[in-house]
Amino acid sequence: MEAIVGGFEGELKELREVFNSGKTREASWRRSQLQGILSLFKERESDILKALHQDLGKHHVEAYRDEIGTVMKSATYALGNLKKWMSSKRAKMPLASFPSSAKLVPEPLGVVLIISSWNFPFGLSFEPIIGAIAAGNAVILKPSELSPTCSSVLANTIRDYLDNSAIKVVEGGPLVGEKLLQHKFDKVFFTGGPRVGEVVMTAAAKFLTPVTLELGGKCPAVVDFISSSWDKKIAMKRIIWGKFGACGGQACIAIDYILTQKQFASTLVEMLQKYIKRSFGDNPMESHSIAKIVNKKHFSRLKELLDEPGVKSSIVYGGKSDEQNLFIEPTILLDPLLDSSIMTEEIFGPLLPIITLERIEDSVEFIRARPKPLAVYGFTNNENLKKKMISETSSGSITFNDAIIQYAADTLPFGGVGGSGFGRYHGKYSFENFSHEKAVMMRGYLIDFGFRYPPWNNKKLQLLKSGLRYDYFTLVLIKLGLKSKA
Amino acid sequence: MEALSPLREGPDPNEAAMDVAGDLSKSMIKFYRRYPSITHRQHRSFSLQIHASLCRLMLTITMASEEQVKNSTAPAMFDTEAANCLMKELRSTFLAGKTKSYEWRSSQLKSLLKMLEDSDKQICDALFSDLSKPEMEAYIHEIAMIKSSCKLALKKLKDWMKPEKAKTNLGTFPSSAEIVPEPLGVVLIISAWNYPLLLSVDPVIGAIAAGNAVVLKPSELAPAMSSLLAKLLGKYLDNSAIKVVEGAVPETSALLEQKWDKIFYTGNGRVARVVMAAAAKNLTPVVLELGGKSPVLVDSNIDLTVTARRIVSGKWGCNNGQACVAPDYIITTKQYAPVLIDSLKHHLVKFFGEDPMNSPDMSKVGHSRHFARLKKLLDDDKISGKIIHGGQTDKSNLKIAPTIVLDAPEDSLIMSEEIFGPLLPIVTVEKIEDGVEFINSRPKPLAAYLFTNTKQLKEEFVSNISAGGVVINDVTLHLMVDTLPFGGVGESGTGAYHGKFSFDAFSHKKAVLYRGFFGDAPARYPPYTPGKLRLLKALLDGSLFGIIRALFGFS
Repeated sequence: MEAIVGGFEGELKELREVFNSGKTREASWRRSQLQGILSLFKERESDILKALHQDLGKHHVEAYRDEIGTVMKSATYALGNLKKWMSSKRAKMPLASFPSSAKLVPEPLGVVLIISSWNFPFGLSFEPIIGAIAAGNAVILKPSELSPTCSSVLANTIRDYLDNSAIKVVEGGPLVGEKLLQHKFDKVFFTGGPRVGEVVMTAAAKFLTPVTLELGGKCPAVVDFISSSWDKKIAMKRIIWGKFGACGGQACIAIDYILTQKQFASTLVEMLQKYIKRSFGDNPMESHSIAKIVNKKHFSRLKELLDEPGVKSSIVYGGKSDEQNLFIEPTILLDPLLDSSIMTEEIFGPLLPIITLERIEDSVEFIRARPKPLAVYGFTNNENLKKKMISETSSGSITFNDAIIQYAADTLPFGGVGGSGFGRYHGKYSFENFSHEKAVMMRGYLIDFGFRYPPWNNKKLQLLKSGLRYDYFTLVLIKLGLKSKA
Repeated sequence: MEALSPLREGPDPNEAAMDVAGDLSKSMIKFYRRYPSITHRQHRSFSLQIHASLCRLMLTITMASEEQVKNSTAPAMFDTEAANCLMKELRSTFLAGKTKSYEWRSSQLKSLLKMLEDSDKQICDALFSDLSKPEMEAYIHEIAMIKSSCKLALKKLKDWMKPEKAKTNLGTFPSSAEIVPEPLGVVLIISAWNYPLLLSVDPVIGAIAAGNAVVLKPSELAPAMSSLLAKLLGKYLDNSAIKVVEGAVPETSALLEQKWDKIFYTGNGRVARVVMAAAAKNLTPVVLELGGKSPVLVDSNIDLTVTARRIVSGKWGCNNGQACVAPDYIITTKQYAPVLIDSLKHHLVKFFGEDPMNSPDMSKVGHSRHFARLKKLLDDDKISGKIIHGGQTDKSNLKIAPTIVLDAPEDSLIMSEEIFGPLLPIVTVEKIEDGVEFINSRPKPLAAYLFTNTKQLKEEFVSNISAGGVVINDVTLHLMVDTLPFGGVGESGTGAYHGKFSFDAFSHKKAVLYRGFFGDAPARYPPYTPGKLRLLKALLDGSLFGIIRALFGFS
């Protein structure tokens, strides 16, 4: 068991004081911290790549693509838009409250807690931190203890590059998380599984702290029959990338399983095999282009998924594993039992079940019958199917003819619904996630209608009725005594 | 919004709720630590059980009142089984897609409007019977507000439902993207007694506009309105998708055991904690509309008459102070206090006459438990001798006269809990700027008000004070503006509604990204090479020049 020093009262007190001093609200502070993140990633790139390789066996190109590059892109985007995001928005006013003006003023929430996850230790830590800083909050980050090297690199680099009086890293496991959650935060941003999500939200209820839960779910990919051979080729590459290319399938938006029609299944399996070989070679473990399984526990969980009766027999490709190196090769399963664990639990690893359906349209029913996933993917050129999928399935996001890439679109909100969580972030949505939009209304003293005030009589009621209807002509008539009924 | 206080002997409900929520999360952590490898199903059934029992316990502690103890001898009509049936029916209506169509939504909103037009009289009667609310107040603050929000929703519904185009960046080029609003599913709305019509129907409008199936649980503390709502919504709206469940603790806990797609709660912080802890077990998002001590800072360079009448009507003319946005206390300078007090008194007499206890223009105190709580605030030793106006109470008619208390100490009851009634403490400070600090040292209120003509003070107030909403030179008026989000922050709640914000509160914004099969950067795919890394860097930088250089193998 881990040893914990103190209950974090000192850290929290300091953060609260710094926040109250107004330092983090200054645009210049926010800007300097965002720039700090950029230099952190520029100057410590090699440390980060090493840590990601050590904890997760991520190839440096993959690591750069999914973590360093995307974070830098987001920080740059935030810097470019900060001024716009921070400025208040005018709100239109109804005539009834004339003369007045109103605006929406974004303000920071205060001291926020970000609990991130082990699969994208940098991306999932910094993406919310960028939002929290841009919105002017003080931050505590608790990275996951399951990617320990990354956790300590996060702690060290954040200490070196960012303002430690307002941004702190607390390393540790569940005990530390539990201790932290006994304190009052102004927002808790959690990335992880539903079980811990439930604990986090229950703890937050004690202080009425709003939470964002970024969970996962079984993200299906509906693969229609695609006639053009070029399109088919690209689709296969993207599916393989969307399943095995991002942390070896250990990603919340990785493709979990494929839905396709019966007659297309054999071609699909064949093509997937071909492109797995092309991407990772005959011996995928040697390719170093595919991440390893994070730890023994997850490894044996995945093994158990495969070993279930009715699942093992459905393996049509791969299935080999190497416990020493925590590696499972890309595996394809054709029609495993629908009530087996592999089809009821989120897989979170390089196992790809393919479920066949009579008609591709049946996929909509199939998805609807299950909890709402974080993402739904559709590989199709059929516009009607696209429309049907958009309007009849529900998920955090839906992407056609590609996978995972929606994560990199700053203009799209990223977040779940139902079982896949709630709250959204990325780009401006990250800023909003960590801001309170304060309604501000300003009035003068010049005009003040007497009919707003008691004692009440019927004339006032008529005046009000017309005032609320914005019927100014009638209002004037009543005022002048020319009309008694509105 | 609704402030309750313990009358029963025993633990303080506030602490009890906090403790139980804390214990709940601790016991869950312990459980997971002891059984790290339990299956998903075991986990579900465990967490459902402990949540259900604790939820019931907490609600009993926090909501129980004398009236309910009496009622509880009657068998509960709405139990877990009834709740299961209700949920099943609504779920199947929702899944059938009925509530999603524009036609359904607009037809329901139209019938709602018709309901309001047909039943003004009944509504006013119910409000009078529950709260002695003057007809004028009932009309302005409840009926007219909902009518206008219903009309707005009808007018804008098509716009709101339209997908919003989103720009895509170079990294995902070529592609197009949009954000599609979709209904969340089956939602629960729990409303409060002080504006029993407005606080029930206004969120229902948002839920319908967004295409959800809805259960409304009106407050049992406004019984006439509760049964009227059940009757009217039953008569005018589609009952396969919109239901009213009346009741108190047992009914609420039966409802909270269900899995909702959103819970919208209006009330006090104590019950809110229970609601949020219950929601946690199903990972249900919540909107919590609470209250708090909303301050009014009054500077000396103002138009005194207008200020005084705006404050008096905001405090006593809005359900007699029993409104979540009502001014809770005033802060002004020592020097200016006497002037302000004189003017407030003058307007009190002008508005409500010499005998306000019998004025037809003032609501009564909501219910007897609430009356006793207010009486306790008045009887607090710490404010004895500080009541400078009013103070009379009439238990049999549940009336309390408009009361002004000068310089109540910070640790008095009246200055430490939300008042939610016709008592107005005035705090005096040396300099007006000290008021900002005073407000900031306390929990974030739902609203903060300032009367001044100084531009600098306005700016300081707006930028330094955190509150759900801020109004300069008036009170409560922001509530009526549908272009402004209405909701709290910190202790005053989470989430916002009104106008389009109501639609958003009950919608999920689904990101939709369309890609073609052209224009693919090979850099994305394994096997990985140094050239791919260069291209990737350029792509993520969004620099076209870099991309071209990388493609041609430079750099």
